[in-house]
Amino acid sequence: MTAPLSVKEQLAIPRVKMAELDPELRRAGFAEVNRGLRLEEALREAQRCIQCKSRPCVQGCPVEVAIPEFIGALAENDLPGAAAILRRDNALPAVCGRVCPQESQCEAQCVRGIKGEAVAIGYLERFVADWALEHGERSPVDANSSSAGRAVAVVGCGPAGLTAAGELARKGHQVTIFEALHDTGGVLRYGIPEFRLPKTIIDAEVAELQALGVRIECNVIVGKTLTLEQLRAEYDAVFVANGAGLPMMLDIPGENFKGVYSANEYLTRVNLMGAGRDSAATTPIVIGRHVAVIGGGNTAMDCVRTARRLGAERAMIIYRRSEAEMPARLEEIKHAKEEGVEFLMLTAPLAIGEDGKGWVASLRCQRMELGAPDASGRCRPVAVAGAFFDLPVDVVINAIGTRANPLLTASAPELGLTRWGNILSDEQGATNLTGVYAGGDIVRGGATVILAMGDGKRAAAAIDDYLASP
Amino acid sequence: MFEILENEILAPQLHRLVVRAPRVAAARQAGQFVIVRAAAGEERIPLTIGDADPVAGTITLFVQAVGYSTGRIVAIPAGGALRDVAGPLGVPTHIGQWGRVACVGGGVGTAVLYPLAKALAAAGNEVVTLIGGRAAPYIILRDELAVFSQELVITTEDGSLGRQGFVTAPLAEMIADPARRPGAVFAVGPVPMMKAVAALTRPAGIETVVSLNPVMIDGTGMCGGCRVVVDGEAKFACVDGPEFDGHRVDFDTLSDRLATYREMEAAHRCRLAGKEAA
Ligand SMILES: Cc1cc2nc3c(=O)[nH]c(=O)nc-3n(C[C@H](O)[C@H](O)[C@H](O)COP(=O)(O)OP(=O)(O)OC[C@H]3O[C@@H](n4cnc5c(N)ncnc54)[C@H](O)[C@@H]3O)c2cc1C
Ligand SMILES: Cc1cc2nc3c(=O)[nH]c(=O)nc-3n(C[C@H](O)[C@H](O)[C@H](O)COP(=O)(O)OP(=O)(O)OC[C@H]3O[C@@H](n4cnc5c(N)ncnc54)[C@H](O)[C@@H]3O)c2cc1C
Ligand code: FES
Repeated sequence: MTAPLSVKEQLAIPRVKMAELDPELRRAGFAEVNRGLRLEEALREAQRCIQCKSRPCVQGCPVEVAIPEFIGALAENDLPGAAAILRRDNALPAVCGRVCPQESQCEAQCVRGIKGEAVAIGYLERFVADWALEHGERSPVDANSSSAGRAVAVVGCGPAGLTAAGELARKGHQVTIFEALHDTGGVLRYGIPEFRLPKTIIDAEVAELQALGVRIECNVIVGKTLTLEQLRAEYDAVFVANGAGLPMMLDIPGENFKGVYSANEYLTRVNLMGAGRDSAATTPIVIGRHVAVIGGGNTAMDCVRTARRLGAERAMIIYRRSEAEMPARLEEIKHAKEEGVEFLMLTAPLAIGEDGKGWVASLRCQRMELGAPDASGRCRPVAVAGAFFDLPVDVVINAIGTRANPLLTASAPELGLTRWGNILSDEQGATNLTGVYAGGDIVRGGATVILAMGDGKRAAAAIDDYLASP
Repeated sequence: MFEILENEILAPQLHRLVVRAPRVAAARQAGQFVIVRAAAGEERIPLTIGDADPVAGTITLFVQAVGYSTGRIVAIPAGGALRDVAGPLGVPTHIGQWGRVACVGGGVGTAVLYPLAKALAAAGNEVVTLIGGRAAPYIILRDELAVFSQELVITTEDGSLGRQGFVTAPLAEMIADPARRPGAVFAVGPVPMMKAVAALTRPAGIETVVSLNPVMIDGTGMCGGCRVVVDGEAKFACVDGPEFDGHRVDFDTLSDRLATYREMEAAHRCRLAGKEAA
């Protein structure tokens, strides 16, 4: 290593820019847009971290990754050390390094961001995690747990379930994940497209868990194939992490015309089933020339960018507030714009029109303006009287959000729910049923990967305590 | 993997498969279905569970090879396996006591009707079965249905078996005759047939249950693709159905949505046929 840098030298380093796939090339397929950092870039970026005493970034991270420590090890070119620190706190770092909204979490708190630009924590996380995957660095196993050897069932193979399973396996428990779909990953696989999160990353993280002894059984729908009662009888504890996958309807006329999709259906067809992008896949999808996506979150960005890749000449985001209020990650908005996506802000859908044969032909829109802030603290969109216009479109995708899916909970009436149908649980994830814990989107409503993982981690610790108590 | 133990041809393009799926067999009730994928890369398609043997751990599927995916499924011989079988899904049939019930089946709908009619008979209802098809070879499961049906009426469009015409004709006669009038009607088949049955029973005020067949993907309420309009409201056939009150279903929207991929599927079949020829 060269001599350590002075603080002044550290402060002088500009924030790294990650190489990106050329926007023109992106349209040719689903290759990952962010290309990752080279070793020299990562080392240099790691040196930007001034290792401040207060460590505010850690508070910004829902799973409290020891950020300064892993970056410190990286700055010293100790990659195994950095990987070990990172993996200790985060079970899916290669995923989080790609999809976490860092700008509003860890990086938002970074001291270097006060006067200049925050350390690129997300990029560094991705770099270290990818290095660990490539070099087969195994996760540490904690053999000291007093309760080892108990059987735990996990419902749902999304980030919450995967995290809990990994933590519990590491403590020596026999973990079985039951997944309704035919493949693993939850939203990571069926929702988030490969140009943001390659499936090989999910596969590698899942293989890691299997190497720890976690069993995964797909095609098992808890509430239908097996009941929660059966799981309680056969296992010492249960963690429920079945997500929030029930699409909300637009409730506007024309929603059942051919060519109208929910975001879940559209993304599942493409991501899980390979429709439109894998010539061997037999699941069909309607390819629109002019596609309107309604919503302003990550899901909407994923849909609109997918539509563009499938060949849409015009791919539009229809959002009723302004860009400043859009919940999507900044990077996704930037990438979407580079890819030629049009942003129609302050626009709400009123009705879908058809071509006389039941196919979508137009979207009637209402112009909006921003009024006073509402309960969410964001400005409420208000209709501008008489301001309508029609957009010619042939596919409409509804990405306005999801709610809790009642399939499991309807078959377990004794499980306590909120009035929105989410599972009620305490800080540790404990529900009103002894030995049954819950976390992720089924508890919070649609949230983020890292929050779901945080829930999985806390619940795993609580489950381990519960199993250890006499 | 889910092993196929038997694969028997019942009629042109109609196969009866016995599949090892112990958990599904143990949990299944009449009216429920599974989502099946023949192999990786293929479509997820819904198939009614025709019968189940919880002791042997098997389920029976009746599959009509109408297109690519069903064609792939029936092509797997006994000893082979289905990649994925998930279920049982859907709300089980409400088996009430109606006295006399008419069970109306059209085409492969007859296979979907079979477990329903069987459960209705087992619950003490007097089952009159009316099944129809294009021509004699398409009339399926008549012997199996006859076992528990008090009466079995067959219609064919070309008159090659039973009465010539549609199943709605004998059903109309049943309704008109006070001595034979059913307390409830169960209809499963092509959308136009279910629509016609509902139109017959509506003025007569006879409770009518239909089993809907929209395109499905996950079958668990996650994608919304299977939405159907019932009483003006969107319902997901996979979790709210697939059976609904026939008098409240918007059949026109259903048939329209079912046509979404028709051209694409046809093109797909042509492409595959071309490949095989090449
Ligand atoms: C398109 C899209 C893009 C997103 N982008 C981002 C992003 O960039 N960054 C970010 O942080 N977050 C993002 N999110 C949100 C994030 O993906 C979710 O918050 C997170 O996946 C929730 O994790 P989970 O484990 O609770 O549930 P899920 O990921 O939903 O996993 C639940 C799993 O349980 C299975 N399941 C459901 N019911 C049953 C049952 N009865 N029995 C057995 N299994 C069952 C499901 O099939 C699924 O596999 C996005 C979400 C979507 C939809
Ligand atoms: C709840 C439910 C239970 C079902 N049970 C059975 C069953 O027990 N046995 C059985 O053989 N089939 C059953 N079906 C229908 C079966 O799922 C479809 O026939 C199958 O999905 C068609 O796939 P394919 O790729 O072979 O045909 P495709 O190539 O997709 O289509 C071939 C032709 O069939 C039409 N078609 C497509 N999907 C459907 C559909 N869902 N229903 C009717 N026609 C369709 C198309 O418009 C096209 O003209 C059921 C459907 C549902 C929703
Ligand atoms: S099949 Fe997806 S919601 Fe019914």
